[in-house]
Amino acid sequence: MDFGPHLLLAAIEGAVTAAVLALMAAGLSLVFGVMRVVNVAHGEFYMLGAVLAWVVASTLGAHPALGFVAALAIAPLIVGAVAAAADMTVLKRLDYDPERTIVATIGLLYILQQLTLMGYGPEARPVAPPFNQRLALPWVEWGDGGVQLYWPWGLSVTTYKLFVIGAAGAVLAGLWALMTRTRIGLVMRATQLDGEMALAFGIPVERVYAGVFGLGAALAALAGVLIVPIQQAHYLMGGDALLLSFIVVIIGGLGSLAGTVIAAILIGMSDGIISVFFSPTLAKIIATLLVAFVLVFRPQGLMGKPPR
Amino acid sequence: MSARVFALHGGLIAVLLALHFLLPVYHHGNFARVMVLACYAIGYNVLFGYTGLLSLGHAMFFAAGMYGMGLPLHYLGIGAELAFLAGLASAALLALVVGLLALRTVGVAFMIVTLMFSEAVYLTILLAGRWTRGDEGLVLARPERVFLGLDLSNPDIRYLVALGLFALCLVGTLWLVRQPSGRVLIAIRENEERAQLLGYDIFRHKLAAVVISGTISGAAGAAYGLMFGYVGASFAEVQYSIFPLLWVLLGGAGTIIGPFFGVLFMFYLIDLSSGLTSAYMLIAGVALVLLTLFAPQGLAGELRRRWVRWLP
Repeated sequence: MDFGPHLLLAAIEGAVTAAVLALMAAGLSLVFGVMRVVNVAHGEFYMLGAVLAWVVASTLGAHPALGFVAALAIAPLIVGAVAAAADMTVLKRLDYDPERTIVATIGLLYILQQLTLMGYGPEARPVAPPFNQRLALPWVEWGDGGVQLYWPWGLSVTTYKLFVIGAAGAVLAGLWALMTRTRIGLVMRATQLDGEMALAFGIPVERVYAGVFGLGAALAALAGVLIVPIQQAHYLMGGDALLLSFIVVIIGGLGSLAGTVIAAILIGMSDGIISVFFSPTLAKIIATLLVAFVLVFRPQGLMGKPPR
Repeated sequence: MSARVFALHGGLIAVLLALHFLLPVYHHGNFARVMVLACYAIGYNVLFGYTGLLSLGHAMFFAAGMYGMGLPLHYLGIGAELAFLAGLASAALLALVVGLLALRTVGVAFMIVTLMFSEAVYLTILLAGRWTRGDEGLVLARPERVFLGLDLSNPDIRYLVALGLFALCLVGTLWLVRQPSGRVLIAIRENEERAQLLGYDIFRHKLAAVVISGTISGAAGAAYGLMFGYVGASFAEVQYSIFPLLWVLLGGAGTIIGPFFGVLFMFYLIDLSSGLTSAYMLIAGVALVLLTLFAPQGLAGELRRRWVRWLP
């Protein structure tokens, strides 16, 4: 394969990573934006989504498409409910104190991860995609008679991958509409600006917090369900996902949805290219140091505005 | 130093010395391990308990001490004494660099920056797997582990050396926090702005706390590697940054004896539960959540709040 088609192939893989990453990071960013809370257990909600997708699909045992659609509906709901319950029983009692909340969510991380290990086991398990046609893609070349289209061998994309990109785009658009065009979004933004004032205006801030924490976790779970037909579900898959979404959220500027999406595309697309040139370990070292140095020298994020 | 403070800490060391003759073999070995890990917890406590800075990356200092000792010992054969000093120096240097960078941030950002630096150190150890042997680790041979003529592979000697190191850390931090400059650290924890207003150089004190804390943690790492003859990347994992936080929270942040009891309690809790299930980190998770919810002061902290007001 020539360089051009190869690059296109890498870009498609990158777009799939970016789509899943954007969903997950949007959840993390939403929780931080509204509640000023860093949720270290976010990666485990992603893992739970993937594991629950396997559980739902294998319990139903019907056609892969049916099992997948069921998982798409059920897994985020369960994970969102678990997260909302954790918020009401643990985080609320800590008064959302930033440092103590981090310690508590670390505890939550281990509880979720180890319970999954006990119930689901240490194996990695796949879920069948609902549809998986291979689409060959054309490429252009300068031939004798000018521009010609041809189909290079191996240059193809599966319909499922296109579906992941489309679904993530639709969910993010929905999230944007929810935040800017509905009453629920208005309530969330009011709580974000000034929790005490929102409370004084009769907004049930506690319920908003529980809802936001649940919604953030549900977004991570949705990302988990979408990725599981491509990667397998494993109880330790949350760690790397958490690291990547941290990077996205910090580079995009904490709490800004647009910045998060742009950063996800940037990181998702470059992730594939970086791993071509460097070993995966070296790529991860660069990524972790990048997060640290951005926080040290540009705490508002690469794209965020400096605080007024 | 008042008589009862002296009696309490001297008493703890005396009891541990007596236990050397009383404990059955299995628990004797466990206690040696607990005492070395307690030094790690004491180091963490200097930063978290006394200065009020919550680091999520202390495993990098523990690992810097361990590898700073283990690599020259294994490859250059410089002898255990010099290797131990090399471990201390590596941890101190790393702490200085990390402190200079991370102390530009506060609160949550400080936690994430330390977490990321520690992750970078862990990944670097894996990347240099040719020398560090990654997760498999280096096994130090018996002749390499002779420290000042003491054969550390002998359990009896090991226990007494561990006790010596523990006593040194315990008394050293007790001295530190009763010093004027140690009291400034506590002032920073209680109210940073007021301490600054009083004319203290906040940044320098915090930096000193990071370096002292990192060096003690590094000493614990180097000692652990020498005593148990194993240097491995797993000690640089996130888990080993979470453990000292858990131990100190459990034992009581900002108390001198708290970290020891935190380690002792958690060590036996995990020891018992790992016999039942492979998911023993569940205990750590539940303990973290319960502690932040119900006893943010920890064991010794609750003790101090209710009965023993003078506990340092």
